[in-house]
Amino acid sequence: MKLKREFKTRLYRTMLRIRRFEEKLIKLKAVGLIPGVLHLYIGEEATATGTCAAIRQDDYITSTHRGHGHCIAKGGDISRMMAELYGRSSGYCRGKGGSMHIADMSLGILGANGIVSAGMPIAGGAALSIRIRGTDQVVACFFGDGAVNQGAFHESLNLAALWKLPVIYVCENNQYAISTAQSRSASIRDIYVRKDAYGMHGCMVDGNDVLAVYEAAEQAVERARNGEGPTLMECKTYRWRGHYEGEADRTYTYRTDEEIEEWMRRCPIERFRRKLSQEGILGKEDCEKIEDEIQREIEEAIQFAESSPFPAPEEALTGLYVE
Amino acid sequence: MREITYADALTEALAEEMRRDERVFIIGEDVGRFGMVYVSRPQLWEKFGDERVRDAPISENAIVGFALGAAITGMRPVADIMFCDLMALAMDQLVNQAAKIRYMFGGEIKVPLVINTSLGGLRSAAAQHSQHLEAWFTHVPGLKVIVPSTPYDVKGMLKSSIRDDGPVIFCEHQQLMHTRGPVPEEEYLIPFGKADIKREGKDLTVVSYSLMVHRVLRAAEELEREGIHIEVIDLRSLNPLDKKTILESVEKTGRLLIVHQACTTGGFGAEIAATVSREGFEFLISPIHRLGARDVPVPFSPELENFVIPNERRIVEEVLSIVSE
Repeated sequence: MKLKREFKTRLYRTMLRIRRFEEKLIKLKAVGLIPGVLHLYIGEEATATGTCAAIRQDDYITSTHRGHGHCIAKGGDISRMMAELYGRSSGYCRGKGGSMHIADMSLGILGANGIVSAGMPIAGGAALSIRIRGTDQVVACFFGDGAVNQGAFHESLNLAALWKLPVIYVCENNQYAISTAQSRSASIRDIYVRKDAYGMHGCMVDGNDVLAVYEAAEQAVERARNGEGPTLMECKTYRWRGHYEGEADRTYTYRTDEEIEEWMRRCPIERFRRKLSQEGILGKEDCEKIEDEIQREIEEAIQFAESSPFPAPEEALTGLYVE
Repeated sequence: MREITYADALTEALAEEMRRDERVFIIGEDVGRFGMVYVSRPQLWEKFGDERVRDAPISENAIVGFALGAAITGMRPVADIMFCDLMALAMDQLVNQAAKIRYMFGGEIKVPLVINTSLGGLRSAAAQHSQHLEAWFTHVPGLKVIVPSTPYDVKGMLKSSIRDDGPVIFCEHQQLMHTRGPVPEEEYLIPFGKADIKREGKDLTVVSYSLMVHRVLRAAEELEREGIHIEVIDLRSLNPLDKKTILESVEKTGRLLIVHQACTTGGFGAEIAATVSREGFEFLISPIHRLGARDVPVPFSPELENFVIPNERRIVEEVLSIVSE
């Protein structure tokens, strides 16, 4: 597949934006500027980036508790994200959602979700709505390996396959559901084989190879737009950080430094940078320029967040019902 | 005025709203050609077809979740969950998703979703198909909870539910399906949060809803013969709750009994009692009483079931015990 330079550069930039955004969050969290719990996506950037590059702005995504990457890859505004993480009134949810509930309907981001697998029926419903409205939109439904033993996974895949709905089920198999390895959760090694149980397409992808993810997603999207139904796409990847930020020593109750380092050597961003450099697309100077631009965006996002007011306490009582 | 059944009122409301707005569709188990389980109304499927009266597999969580996903992307679905007992299988999508999406995403998203479920009992359906779980729903901010007792209310309130931009859980009652009542030919809507005073009286206020309203009204006639005049209030919706009508009535009568078919402990009656004791304490001349089902799962044998669920005799006895206090 011949992909344009600008397109590849954009993929690189998106992955790096996700990485740097979250690296910044680690620091902000450590000094107490961000309340609550953070689930970081570092190491998994290629799956959101490759998938979202294969869909349009008017397509939908559903996301997870580990959702910053999905939101950024779908075009989310990092300033409004940052403000939300700071609990400010200018945030995506006016301070009512936080990390696990960021949504942007204007970009088709139907929300991160604090309940594992709960985005899956919602994605199916968005796809049903597409079918009834007769548009050619699709839904990319992100979920982790932890979601695949939930009833919602099975109910959703069955129904989407039965009704041939335009959904791309993107399983981000980052190996652990909190601390429980996938091998301790299911007797199958590869999750994508469950496609056969529902009579749908499926494939396994190197989730740390952004182009591989993109190409698999593009095929799935094409099938979905053509009315050929859903695809279960398993992206093998790895979560570098703990389940939540601050997990610290407990990380070593379920995995080793060697394992983490082994996966860090397969960093999706560094790998892609090397590839683009070999192809003569990204030189050292280009990389530095992109790096600087992203740093600036993030600084601006922090400034936006920090200069925004906290919501007035009484705002807690608004926005529940449509008046 | 013509009289139609509660079931026909439901069907008419759905048909009218589906004709009026092509975004409205029904999704649920056996809702299509079979015409829903405990009342046959296949005319909707005959009229609107598979796409708009959509049979789903037995996957309650997916039915509610798919309806929710459709609701936030431009549709106005009615998800049919045959029995409220089965809502237990869909509680994540109802409680953690549908009820909260608008609020937790910042207050702008509309969730025009109706969950059409039913309350049971009095048909020997036993413990898993006879419950009244409406208090589960009222405990979740964000859900409107509708509990109509008559064909007139069913039609007007289901139409209002479908036009509402927030999630509504519309609880019909299985045992009222074949009851008849006046329903005008012309279109009307009934707003939420307006209780209906079914009968005026000066001695005691009975607040009730759904099927129990009918039992209370029959008890009222018996009490009338004994010279006790009770005021009967049908709440019609639990959230929003018409506190004003309740308080005005208690101000007049000084006594309050709440009757519901749900079991007593943790039932919605406790909410009404707490509200009146806080906001209408000075009106009360005797303690507030609650009469609900006895606190056991609903048993199978009619002998047992009738003992557990409040009936006219127990309502009369309860009223008599209050007025003699």
